[in-house]
Amino acid sequence: MLDDKDRIFTNLYGFQDWGLEGALARGDWDDTKALLAAGPDAIIDVIKASGLRGRGGAGFPTGMKWSFMPKESKPGKPSFLVINADESEPGSCKDREIIRHDPHKLLEGALVAGFAMRARAAYIYIRGEYIREAERLFAAVAQAYDKGLLGKNAAGSGYDFDVFVHRGAGAYICGEETAMLESLEGKKGQPRLKPPFPAGVGLFGCPTTVNNVESIAVAPTILRRGAAWFAGIGRPKNEGTKLFQISGHVNRPCVVEDAMGLSFRELIETHAGGIRGGWDNLLAVIPGGSSVPLVRAEAIIDAPMDFDGLKDVGSGLGTAAVIVMDKSTDIVRAISRISYFYKHESCGQCTPCREGTGWMWRMMERMRTGEAEYHEIDLLQEVTKQVEGHTICALGDAAAWPIQGLIKNFRPEIERRIAERKTEEPAYAEAAE
Amino acid sequence: MADAAHIPDEAETRARWGNFAWTEANAEQARIIIARYPKGREHSAIMPLLDLAQRQVGAETDTQGWLPVPVIEFCAKAVDMPYIRALEVVSFYTMYNMAPVGRHHVQVCGTTPCLLRGSDDVLRACTDRGMKKGGTTPDGLFTLTEVECLGACANAPMVQINDDNYEDLDYERTAALLDALARGEAPPAGPQTGRQVSCPESGPTTLKEMVDANVDYRERW
Repeated sequence: MLDDKDRIFTNLYGFQDWGLEGALARGDWDDTKALLAAGPDAIIDVIKASGLRGRGGAGFPTGMKWSFMPKESKPGKPSFLVINADESEPGSCKDREIIRHDPHKLLEGALVAGFAMRARAAYIYIRGEYIREAERLFAAVAQAYDKGLLGKNAAGSGYDFDVFVHRGAGAYICGEETAMLESLEGKKGQPRLKPPFPAGVGLFGCPTTVNNVESIAVAPTILRRGAAWFAGIGRPKNEGTKLFQISGHVNRPCVVEDAMGLSFRELIETHAGGIRGGWDNLLAVIPGGSSVPLVRAEAIIDAPMDFDGLKDVGSGLGTAAVIVMDKSTDIVRAISRISYFYKHESCGQCTPCREGTGWMWRMMERMRTGEAEYHEIDLLQEVTKQVEGHTICALGDAAAWPIQGLIKNFRPEIERRIAERKTEEPAYAEAAE
Repeated sequence: MADAAHIPDEAETRARWGNFAWTEANAEQARIIIARYPKGREHSAIMPLLDLAQRQVGAETDTQGWLPVPVIEFCAKAVDMPYIRALEVVSFYTMYNMAPVGRHHVQVCGTTPCLLRGSDDVLRACTDRGMKKGGTTPDGLFTLTEVECLGACANAPMVQINDDNYEDLDYERTAALLDALARGEAPPAGPQTGRQVSCPESGPTTLKEMVDANVDYRERW
């Protein structure tokens, strides 16, 4: 287990003051000016060397993303940093803890990252339902301005940098980076076609980088402790610490920071009090939020919880939102409910997703009740393949993958329900023939 | 949708809301909001302005508020946006109410992490009190909506009522919560089991020193 001194979010549970005084005592905003004095390129080099991969799900190297931003702004085209706090992926609840208990880590990170990518300002896009969390964030921003840590000559660095908070209003799709930019411009949150990529044409038509809250909030600590420290935790290409969010059928659900790459068993035993009913009672796990395929118990128990470890078992780390399901779970209903989620959240722009998510959910309900016919399982699988990869953003893929994971791992359970329904209702079976 | 709430007649709403204007405090708030965005990019302010307007309607009607057409028009005008673009925003995002809601808006999360921990029981506690999904109780006290993941999954199942989350629920705790609200009380928000936020129930497994002191770990780096 990671040593407490190597944890970044020391006030994760909010036992101590979230405000500026408490944060200063914990070491935030400590001579930020000196961190910036190294210069933008040196900061990006440290982040690159630390191996930090984006914490929002895709795992793209953060330092490289920052380096895509133009080194000189064209007149009238300032650069922007947009921080994605639209945490809506089912299972995810880590950004919420950062924002309400350690908001100054995020704000200091915003200054450091914004300076490194030569941005003029940052917009923090927080999901609309995080009402109290947004209040806290507004208050933290006001504290930082009061003390001169943000705004003109931020933290005495000679660099002018503003941070604004923008609250969403309840649309999962706004967590997609270009939908977020649309929403920030006061429009419906419908994703844009790429290219052009946001680093070229982003918010208000200006160069923009969109980063997850956690990716930004860890940056100051990495700069203070050095790339080697961060890179020394976890496995190669999967370095660092991570906030894991454990929900579902564990004895003690929680959010916890630990080293990347620890095994699923260790994570659950150490922090979540084990599986409800013991390890033999584990059925399946969705290891990275609703968008990644589920993994059967036997495959995940000893899998390393990081990007590559979970890719090897046919899933992904996503946001590290670990949804645990024991043998009492109605697994078809659990996945069908995820299908309903995507139906509800599809923005309606691309036909395969708009029509497909509703169709897939209705088919999943037929699987749940056993009303379906055997051949419909293959039909459903085929349709998920037609939605996947045929939409502007990844919501279509995200809607397809959980179903594919279910069919791959639990086809006998779906068939059993169909068989049961046919036995229970012979008339129904005859009518179908 | 057949079960969608009834939107009042436009002539009726125009008579009631046609003269909508900010209160003095909200006028100042609206100025602050618009100033967050670059000059010429005032359209960006439409979302927070609509939220502000919905809250003002709520305050004036002692409910959680909604957005009648004249109020949407008012917000659109404030940022020089065509009405239809503002309406698009209102209808796209779920947190804007297009029809009136009750004194308390009970939003039960039903997505899988909450489902696994018993959101069916939470919903049942609501329907047992006479609430119907998508409807308001006849006394105007509660509007029930099943919503998608609210991002408190380590504290599932949960419900958001008005601006606060109530977490770690079961049937009894939900029933008690609704009773308290019906009596006009303000029950404490957060986990309903006395648990500290998303910390493991029996106490932290990490950073135990932080419980009692604001530890500066830098000395041990």
